[in-house]
Amino acid sequence: MFNSVRSRLIIVALVVVTAVWQLYSHKTRTGEWLKLGLDLQGGMHLVLEVDDPDGTMTAEARSDMIDRVDRIIRTRIDEFGVEEPLIQKVGGERLIVELAGIDDEDQAKGIVQRNAFLEFKLVLPTIDFEQALSRIDRAVVTSLGVDSIRALGRDVAGQEGDDLTDLLFGTDPAAATDSMTAVSDSAAAAAAAAADSAEAEANALRPFSSLLAFGDIEGAFLVAAEDRPIAEMFLAMPEVERAFPRDQIVLWGADLVSQAARNYYRLYVLEEDSFLTGEELEDATAGRDPQFNQSQVQFQLSRAGGRQFARFSGAHVGDFLAIVLDNEVMSAPVIRDRIGARGQIDMGQGTPLEEARDLALVLRAGALPARINIVEERTVGPSLGQDSIDQGSLAGLVGIVLVVFIMILYYRVAGLIAVGALAVYVTLVLGGLAGMNATLTVPGIAGLILSIGMAVDANVLIFERIREELAKGRVTRSAVDDGFEHALSAIVDANITTLITALILFQFGTGPVRGFAVTLSIGIVASFFSALFVTRSFFLAYLSGRKASDPISI
Amino acid sequence: MRLFQDASYAFIQQRKRAYVISAIVLLVGIGAMAYNVATLGSWANYGVDFLGGSLVQVRFDGEMTAGELRDALGGAQSPPITRFGGEGAAEFVIRAPLDEDASITEVADGVEATLRANLPGRNFEVVRTELVGAKVGGELQQKALMAVLFSFLLTLAYLAVRFELRFGLAAVIATAHDILITLGFLALFRVEIALPTVAAILTILGYSLNDTIVVFDRIRENMNAKGARKTDPVALVNQSINETLPRTVLTSGTTLAVLVALLVLGGAVIRDFTLVLILGILIGTYSSIFVASPALIEIQKRWGIGGVSEKKPRPEPATV
Repeated sequence: MFNSVRSRLIIVALVVVTAVWQLYSHKTRTGEWLKLGLDLQGGMHLVLEVDDPDGTMTAEARSDMIDRVDRIIRTRIDEFGVEEPLIQKVGGERLIVELAGIDDEDQAKGIVQRNAFLEFKLVLPTIDFEQALSRIDRAVVTSLGVDSIRALGRDVAGQEGDDLTDLLFGTDPAAATDSMTAVSDSAAAAAAAAADSAEAEANALRPFSSLLAFGDIEGAFLVAAEDRPIAEMFLAMPEVERAFPRDQIVLWGADLVSQAARNYYRLYVLEEDSFLTGEELEDATAGRDPQFNQSQVQFQLSRAGGRQFARFSGAHVGDFLAIVLDNEVMSAPVIRDRIGARGQIDMGQGTPLEEARDLALVLRAGALPARINIVEERTVGPSLGQDSIDQGSLAGLVGIVLVVFIMILYYRVAGLIAVGALAVYVTLVLGGLAGMNATLTVPGIAGLILSIGMAVDANVLIFERIREELAKGRVTRSAVDDGFEHALSAIVDANITTLITALILFQFGTGPVRGFAVTLSIGIVASFFSALFVTRSFFLAYLSGRKASDPISI
Repeated sequence: MRLFQDASYAFIQQRKRAYVISAIVLLVGIGAMAYNVATLGSWANYGVDFLGGSLVQVRFDGEMTAGELRDALGGAQSPPITRFGGEGAAEFVIRAPLDEDASITEVADGVEATLRANLPGRNFEVVRTELVGAKVGGELQQKALMAVLFSFLLTLAYLAVRFELRFGLAAVIATAHDILITLGFLALFRVEIALPTVAAILTILGYSLNDTIVVFDRIRENMNAKGARKTDPVALVNQSINETLPRTVLTSGTTLAVLVALLVLGGAVIRDFTLVLILGILIGTYSSIFVASPALIEIQKRWGIGGVSEKKPRPEPATV
């Protein structure tokens, strides 16, 4: 049946109709002919990874963790209301989140990224921590060196320290100064003096503790707002962390506190282990406290969580309880009585209600089971995306016109046939992309260019072969048949090797390389069909009204 | 219209000259790579996608010069700035390395805040930001390399089965030659290596292989023709190249025409990409004639793998 011209043309028509149908149903399903990648239409692309700084998690655990992250982020985004988000696990331990055409990127990122890790921790009296301060100062000095501390403007020696330092180290700096004076008095020990005084000077430095002041509540220091970055830098140093009292950590408060016309952040001293986490949270709603003009999130714990909470609060009446969200102390109310299953998070004065809504949303959807890192982030503004599409389409159109022009100029009627076959090819590729729900990206367009090149090449191979056969003096009909037959092996081998490459790229590639591989694979299959079946069918139709020996236009 | 019909150029006889040209081009490329290793620390100008780091693209309303922007971003301490698009376009790409533990979002926000503070009254829009962690970049590099090596292996295997082992070897040599020259070019002009560049290199790989196979197919066919035993292999290969010359010229010409259209009209996003492709098509066409086919002859001469003498059955073409 393949040899009858009519049945061949019917098959071609059926294939084209199927491709167009795929495109059309994609359009009715999603409102777009093709799904465009973020590089073409604008949007946000995030790659997330489970934070595992010590490398202690097994690959399996990470994979399991990312599955849970996947589910939670999906829920969050659904509630947030993004159309057709793409959330995809890659390589076992990464998650790609693509949000197309979003208005507020920061808000969207907040929803995805926020750990929403809610913890309840006991606030500890600062006394233990104060005793560790000199160790911490020394750790800062030894790991940074005196010079860089001086460069930071933190070369504060004991005697210049504020009240807190005086209180804690009242005798210490004096001793240091004394020894320095004593050594410099002795002219005989001048050489040793230099080294000694440098060491003494280093010991007298209070880079960290001089940043602290006593707070308004027991269990928290105050750090001037402008000093916070330096304090954070010190606290991030592993040596400093080792100098901490056992089982204690410090966390920043979320709000600014004003005192004597200066702004401060609280630095809370907390028990390292939290006695309850947001896993026990059942519901969260945003609300507003008109009295203090502040937004709140009210939450409800599960029954088990409620019992645990009640037991703990009962045992710690009079202590402070820190409500910690993503390593920031949201509030630290004093425990007046046993607390049941309900509680609230205060968002601070003047916070808009939306922030409370976002927080309630992420709390409801659940906390991420672990901290996640954004290892890759790309946003393309909608205007840039539109520019790429406009310029790309114009260039593509001109390119197609050039191909059509060259083919018809060079091969006349046969060229026209090739152009017809290429039109079928383009329809097939677009239909194939729509049918597979593939996303068209810039590298994907590269794959298309290569496969169009190969489709043109296949036609050129066939026509050159036919010309050769005609030049040998063959009769038209058999020259055409032989031309197709002889060109076949080259077309098959070239297409299969390229397909092999495309499949390997799909296997190894991520993101953009995969996009290239997908369009290239679809393109090769389509070009194969178009060159060998469609071109031949059109050729047979062209020959059908003629005698076997009539000349053809090629 | 016909081009190069009944051509009979002495391509293979010129192969020594081609070797010299290839060697010079390869040496220049490798020299550029070595120079880059010494000065940049890596053989090419890797972009954010590979090294990790940040990229912020801003578009200003009205005029803006690179100098003014550099001053706004801290003068001498300013991160590298490149103009995006043609001269006069008020659009810039600002890139900064990413500290090991810096929050990945801070960089872009910082750039935006600095610009707002130092350029009061100027309207600008952040049209693109990219932030890639260093680890992701490294993995990408490794995977791209693995992909190319594996595709070499499988291509070799496929061609060894469909043709003969030496055809596979010669094709891999030619493809490696093309990729090396392309990489050398990238190193020489310090073109930034981004993800689309990888796609371009892969396209070159595909195109070069396609070209080579078309020529090899003709060689295979002529080898299996009657009386091929008595023909001098050099003459046979040369004849095959000449026979496929019209096709080679037309296909390359058409592809180049499309690519030039993309280069001129396609805009800045794909310009580097298109340039690499154009270069690759030229190299791929050259190598199918002057590298792949001579390699085939040299392999036979040196090692005599799979001589022309045995008469192999021609593979049965599938009927459609």
